[in-house]
Amino acid sequence: MTVDQILVTILGLLLSASVAWYFWLSKGKATRIQTADGVQEALITVKGGYSPDIIVVKAGKPLRLNFIREETAACSEQVIFPDFKKQATLTPFKKIPVEFTPDKPGEFEFQCAMGMLRGKLIVEP
Amino acid sequence: MARDPVCGMEIKSPSDFYSEYAGEKIEFCSSDCKSKFDKNPENYLESKAEKPETTYRKSADGVERLQIPIVGMHCASCTLTIEKEIEKLPGIKRAVVNYSTENAYVEFLPDKVNVDEILKAIKKAGYKSGQATLRLGIRKMHCSSCISKIEEELQKTPGVLSASVDLATESATIVYLPSMVQTPEIKRIIEGLGYPIVETSTPAAAIGKPTEEPEDENQKAREREYKTLVRKFIFAAILSVPFIIFSYPALFGLPASMQKGSDLLRIIWISMSVLSLPIMFWSGSHFYTGALAAMKSRSANMHTLIATGITAAWLYSTIAAIFPEIFPTEALADVFFDVVAVVVALVNLGMALEIRAKGKSSEAIKKLIGLQPKTARVIRNGKEMDIPVEEVVLDDIILVRPGEKIPVDGIIVEGSSSVDESMITGESIPVEKYKDDEVIGATINKTGSFKFKATKVGKDTALAQIIEMVQQAQSSKAPIQRIVDKVSSYFVPTVIILAILSFIVWYDFGPSPNLIYALVVFVTVLIIACPCALGLATPISLMVGVGKGAENGILIRSGEALEGACKLDTIVLDKTGTITEGKPSLTDVVTTNGFQSDEVLKYAASVEKASEHPLGESIIRGAEERSVKLEDPKDFNAVPGYGVEATVNGKRIILGNEKMMKKHNIDLGDLVEISQKMADDGKTPMFVAVDNKAAGIVAVADTVKPDSLDAIRHLKKMGLEVVMITGDNKRTAEAIAKQVGVDRVFSEVLPEDKAFNVQKLQQEGKRVAMVGDGINDAPALAQANIGLAIGSGTDVAIEASDITLIKGSLKGVALAIELSKATMRNIKQNLFGAFFYNGLGIPIAAGLLYPFLGTLLSPLIAGAAMAFSSVTVVTNANRLRRFKPSL
Repeated sequence: MTVDQILVTILGLLLSASVAWYFWLSKGKATRIQTADGVQEALITVKGGYSPDIIVVKAGKPLRLNFIREETAACSEQVIFPDFKKQATLTPFKKIPVEFTPDKPGEFEFQCAMGMLRGKLIVEP
Repeated sequence: MARDPVCGMEIKSPSDFYSEYAGEKIEFCSSDCKSKFDKNPENYLESKAEKPETTYRKSADGVERLQIPIVGMHCASCTLTIEKEIEKLPGIKRAVVNYSTENAYVEFLPDKVNVDEILKAIKKAGYKSGQATLRLGIRKMHCSSCISKIEEELQKTPGVLSASVDLATESATIVYLPSMVQTPEIKRIIEGLGYPIVETSTPAAAIGKPTEEPEDENQKAREREYKTLVRKFIFAAILSVPFIIFSYPALFGLPASMQKGSDLLRIIWISMSVLSLPIMFWSGSHFYTGALAAMKSRSANMHTLIATGITAAWLYSTIAAIFPEIFPTEALADVFFDVVAVVVALVNLGMALEIRAKGKSSEAIKKLIGLQPKTARVIRNGKEMDIPVEEVVLDDIILVRPGEKIPVDGIIVEGSSSVDESMITGESIPVEKYKDDEVIGATINKTGSFKFKATKVGKDTALAQIIEMVQQAQSSKAPIQRIVDKVSSYFVPTVIILAILSFIVWYDFGPSPNLIYALVVFVTVLIIACPCALGLATPISLMVGVGKGAENGILIRSGEALEGACKLDTIVLDKTGTITEGKPSLTDVVTTNGFQSDEVLKYAASVEKASEHPLGESIIRGAEERSVKLEDPKDFNAVPGYGVEATVNGKRIILGNEKMMKKHNIDLGDLVEISQKMADDGKTPMFVAVDNKAAGIVAVADTVKPDSLDAIRHLKKMGLEVVMITGDNKRTAEAIAKQVGVDRVFSEVLPEDKAFNVQKLQQEGKRVAMVGDGINDAPALAQANIGLAIGSGTDVAIEASDITLIKGSLKGVALAIELSKATMRNIKQNLFGAFFYNGLGIPIAAGLLYPFLGTLLSPLIAGAAMAFSSVTVVTNANRLRRFKPSL
C-alpha cells in the first residue's frame, strides 16, 4: 500500500465512523414545552426536518403543536402522528395547528408521509 | 305557520284567535286555548321557551342557562377539566360537559359572571368554544361614535361574544355563538340602528378541522411546486445536452481542437463548471436546503444523498478543469459536469411526476371533502331562509327541493322523495324516502321536495365522521410498516457509509485510474439509493386503498384493520339484521274456504291499521306492496296475547293465533298443520277469520336480504368458513342457514355469549371476523380479530368495529376483504420493488459487476433509476384506484 492509499483508508474510515456517530449515536436537544392557559403549545418549523424535533410534554394535558412549513418541497406536506391517528396537511408558510391530548406517557414518533422527516414526542407522566 | 303555545299545535297564521302579549302577537287554535292563555300568560310562554332548540334562556329565579359547543375534546376525561375550570368562577350554579354531544351546559347567575368569562374558562382549560365569525359590510357610518353605537348594541345581544367595527373598511367582524344568535338577527340589529348592510361574505366558522379548510390552498401550493420543478428540470435538461457532449469529446467525435488536453476544451470545461452553479443552486437548491435542514436535526434523507453526490462530482471536476496539472496522469483530470446536470434534471422530473401521481392518490378524500354542502334552507319562525350550513342547529326544520343537496343528517317530517345516496353508501340505485325515514347529509334529493328535522349537525354528521375516519385510517400505520420504519431510519447514513467504503476499496484495490473509479462509484452509490421509494411504499397504497373503500361505502379504520382483514379464516355472521333484514315482512298468504288471497290480505291489513303492533305494520306494508286497497276498521279490539278483531266493510274480522281462533270456536281445518310448518321455518303465522269462518293465514318473518345468498357463496369461494350465530332455536336457525348456504350454525346463543363463541372459534386456531350491527354485538366485534359493523343510516362511527359497512349488504364484507387483499398485495409489490431495487442497485453501483463485466454503472443511469423508482411506487399504488368489486 502506498502512503496515499493508507491516508485515504484512514480518512475514509474516520469519516464513516463520524457519520455513524452523528446520525445514530449523538443525541439531539430536547425541547420542553411551556404550558400556558392549560394548553401545552409549541411552534415547530418544518424545513427539511422538524425544528425542534424532540419535544417533551406532560401527559393528560391538551397539546397544540403549531407547524409552520417553510418550504414548498412536497415531502413535508403532511405531518403524521401515527400513535394518535392525527394528521395535518401543512400549507406552506401558514401556521397549522395539530391538537390532541397525549394521555399515556411514552415516546412517540411523528413524521412526514414517507417517514423521511422524523421527530419525537416524549410524553412524561 | 305558527305554534299555539297552550296546546303546542301547529296552526295556520294568521289565526282567528289571538292575543297581544309583551308587544307580540300570539296565536291560538281555538278560543279555549286563548282564554287559558289570557288567564296566565307567563305559564305558557315559559314553556314555549323550553323548546329544545332554545339554548339560552333565563328562568324565573334569575339563573341563566347556556349551551356552548366545544371544539377539540379528545377524551372523556377532558370534560372534567372543563367542568372544574368553569366551576371555579363565581356565580356558577352547575356546569356539565357532555363528551358525546361536545356541548357544555352551564347554569349561572348573570349578575356574578358573564358569558365571556365562561368562555375564557373553557379556553383556559385548553379548549375552544364553537364560535363563528361573521364579516359584514356596513355603509353610512360617518363618525367614530357610529362605531361605538353599533359595537355596544351588538355586545348587548346575548350570544355575541365580540364585535368590532372598522370605519376604514366599512365593515364589522362579529364573533358569536351560532347556537344562541343567528346571522339575520345580527343583521337586523345593525339595520335597526339605521345602517344598511351591503354584502355578506360567508361567515368563516371557527368550528371544523384546520386540515380541511386550506385544502384548496394546498392544491395551489402543490401546483406551484410542480411548475417550479418542471422549470428547474427544463433548465438543467437543456444544459445537460452540451455538458454530455463536451464531457466525452472522443465519444462524440469532436474535432481535434476540442479533444482532451486542448486549451479550448479546458476553457469549455471551466465554463461548464461555472454554468453548473445555477444548476446546483437554483435547479437543485432544494437538495441543499433540504440536506442542511436535515443535518441540523441529525437526520439524513434523499436530499442529503443527492447533494453530497453532485457536490463531490462538481468539486472533483472543477479541480480537474482548472488545475489539471496537479493530477499525476492525464486520465485522472476528467470531468463529471454531465452527472451534475443530468442527475439534477432527472430527479426534478421524477419529483414533479410524483406530485402529479400523488394528487391522484388522495382524490378519494378530496372528493369526500368536496361533498360538504355549503348552505341550508331552514324554516325558522315560519320563514324560509338560506343560511350557511355551519349555522344549522339541532331540530331545525330544513326544506329540500328536487335536485338539491341535503345539507345535514335528519329525519323527514313532511313529504317524500327518492334520494341518491351513492356518494355515501356506494349504492347506485336511489333510495325511496318517506316520512320518518333518515336522510344523510351530502346526498342528493332527486324527485320530490320534503322537509326534515336536523338530527346531526357539524362534526356529528355522517359525512364529517366518514371524513374523520378516512383521515384517521390514512394516517395510521399498517403493522408491515414497522419493519420499513426500522430500515428507513438507518437507510441514508448506511448508504453514505457504504459509498465511503466503496471509495476506499476502489482507491486501494481498483484498477487505474483508481481515483476516477473510486469517485464514480462513490457518486453512483449515493445517487442510486432511493429512500423515497421505501418510505412511500406502504402509506401511498394505504391511502389509495382506504380511499377506494370509502368510495364503496366501506370504512376501514386503520392500517391494522386492513392488514388483519387479509389474514382471516372464518367469518361469523350475526343472523338478525346482518343476513336478514332485521325487521319482519309479509312472506305468505294462505287461503281456505274459497277466499282469495288478496281478500284475506286486505282484511288482515285493514284490521291492523288500528293496531300499533310491529307485526301489523309489516302486514300493512305487504298489502301496500301488492297494491291491495285497505279499508278503515271499526270497533277495533285488541286481546293481548291472542290477537285483534275489528269490523271491515261490515264484516267481523278476527286476526290472531290458534288460541284466538279457539276462543271464537272457529274451525281451522288443515290450516293448523300449515301453520306449524311455517313456524318451523322461522315464520310467524296469523290466522284470519271472516264472520267466524276461517279464511286463511298470513305469515310474516324476518326475511333474508336479497343479496345475502350471493355474498355468502362468494365468501365461501374466497376460501373462508362462514358461520352463523343467532339467538333463534335450532330448527329456525338451520332453516335460514340452509336457505343462504351456511354450513356451521351457533344457535340459541344469548346475546352476551356471542363474544364467548367468537373466542371458542379463535381457540380452534382460527382468525375470526365477526359481522354484526355494532350495538348488540359490540363485545363480539371487539373480541374478533376483525370486527365488521353493518351500519344503518347515519351511524357510521361504530367504536367496536375495525371496518364499518355503510351499506347494509353482506356483499360489503366480501368487498372489504377483497379490497384489503388487493391493497396488501399492492403494498407488498411496492415494498418488494423498493427493497429489490435498493438491494440490487446499491451493490451494482458499488461495482459488484465490474469483475464480471468489466464496466461500472454510469451515474447518469443511476440518476434515472432513482428518479423513476419512486414514481413507479406511486403509479403502482394508483393502479388500486381501478379496483373493481367482483360482486
